[in-house]
Amino acid sequence: MRAYVLSRIGQTALVVFLALTAVFFLVRLGGDPVLLFLPMDIQAKDVDEFRQRLGFNDPLAVQYGRFVARAARGDFGESLRYRRPALGLVLERLPATLSLAAAALALTACISIPAGVVAAVRRGSLWDYVGTTGAVLGQAIPGFWLGLMLIYLFSVRLGWLPTGGTGGIVHFVMPCLVLASFYAARMARLTRSSVLETLREEYVLTARAKGLAEGLVIGKHTLKNSAIPIVTLAGLETGQLLGGAVITETIFAWPGLGRLTVQALLNRDFPVVLASVFVISVTYTLVNFGVDLLYGWLDPRTRREADA
Amino acid sequence: MRVVRRHLLGLVGLCIVAGAVTAALGAPLWASHDPIAGDFAASLSPPGTPGHPFGTDQLGRDVYARVLYGARIALFIGFSTVVVTAVVGGLVGLVAGFFGGWLGAVLMRVADVQLSFPFVLLALTINAIVGLGLRNTIISLSAAGWVVYARVVRGEVLSVKQRDYVQAAAALGTGRSRILLRHVLPNVAPSIIVVGSLQFSQFIVAEAAISFLGFGVQPPTPAWGSMLSESRDFLYVAWWLAAFPGAALALTALGINLVGDWLRDVLDPKLRV
Repeated sequence: MRAYVLSRIGQTALVVFLALTAVFFLVRLGGDPVLLFLPMDIQAKDVDEFRQRLGFNDPLAVQYGRFVARAARGDFGESLRYRRPALGLVLERLPATLSLAAAALALTACISIPAGVVAAVRRGSLWDYVGTTGAVLGQAIPGFWLGLMLIYLFSVRLGWLPTGGTGGIVHFVMPCLVLASFYAARMARLTRSSVLETLREEYVLTARAKGLAEGLVIGKHTLKNSAIPIVTLAGLETGQLLGGAVITETIFAWPGLGRLTVQALLNRDFPVVLASVFVISVTYTLVNFGVDLLYGWLDPRTRREADA
Repeated sequence: MRVVRRHLLGLVGLCIVAGAVTAALGAPLWASHDPIAGDFAASLSPPGTPGHPFGTDQLGRDVYARVLYGARIALFIGFSTVVVTAVVGGLVGLVAGFFGGWLGAVLMRVADVQLSFPFVLLALTINAIVGLGLRNTIISLSAAGWVVYARVVRGEVLSVKQRDYVQAAAALGTGRSRILLRHVLPNVAPSIIVVGSLQFSQFIVAEAAISFLGFGVQPPTPAWGSMLSESRDFLYVAWWLAAFPGAALALTALGINLVGDWLRDVLDPKLRV
């Protein structure tokens, strides 16, 4: 187990390192951030001084070496816009994004897993039909459009909910719904097909044959055994939730990581871009590491492979 | 009954897609207004105004015409990206799966790294770096999207490679390139088509999302995403600016998804994307 955890940490470090390297070179190939950032009427002398100060005059390899050495210590440089350490800025925004993602994931699970199970168990019924239709629609409706329509209905027309920002529970309602709509649709479809597959297994037949209550047959024997693909998807979705947060946070003026990243990209504030790439890829790989550990609990057969 | 419903949904999807293609190709025929020319006297007219069935925007441009021309942008970007990613990702997957070796290993590592990053955010970052506009949007979406193909095609090639007919062909002394072209590629093709149809709507929605955030296709080009972005400032006074482009986007995505699901059921029921 220890060797497994260590190798996973090594893999995570490699993925994060490669992602940072790729973004670093893309950014440097993409143009001179100094010229894009400084005002138009600035003197050539000042531009040069600014470049010198930020180290943009050195060869690319030297810049890269310095970047790696600093990044290893958690130093991504100063934000060009806020004049503050980039990593600090990013980490400050992380809790807002994580709380939104967690709430959306919880909502997704609460809607999609019961819906998927009911659709599978009562296959061909009205519930199945309504659920499947809802899932197909949920997958097709883009989150940012749903967000705009919800704002129009609940904020402009009815005045029930704030259009954006943070503050209380009411601020969570619309961003959560928007984030959850797409993922709930996918997860409900997957739950349905996974439960349908498990229901055909012989141990489910055995459980029924020995007279177990239907609730136990479904809850214990079926759901736990259909959980692996669902948990895998949930893990992958968490990463996509972070990406979806980019759009949702922009619509609802949510002060999170996604909105900060979009603004940093628009402003060419590359230290902040690199720091967010770092935080997002670390979060994503950690979540999937957690998912792998869950497999061991869900399916004891995978434990031995993990130990090996 | 189930069979009928399955084909029915596919047929509905096909009709929606045909409608979108017709709207896109014949945009100048159906729309009586120029999608870019404004008319300040008629700005922000509500839907149903004579000559403007979907109303007009803040510059007095006809929303109906802009939605129709927007279908051109959306379908063009979606289709181009699917073709580019299918060719690039398909080649990578073929090479990695069929020849293996260090090149295949390196390429699949790159794919893993890319997959550890949210798709929209990745496309957005690449777009911010390579620049805005139609062509660069296709480039960024392709650069972010080829990995799905590479993974699926590699997996398929690995399994097809073990089949008896490929082994038999190799045993008969058939050249590797001939095996690849005549025996492996045709058997991988259905997966490529299914993945393509399922990715198509994802690319269209991603393009709209990127343009919505201020990157991608720039105004005054009538792209659905940038129309939605502009509509945010007028949500209190003009709901139709947000409603129609978004509905067009959702309907197109729905149609393509239905066709994609249908193709998967018919061609490749095992595939999970």
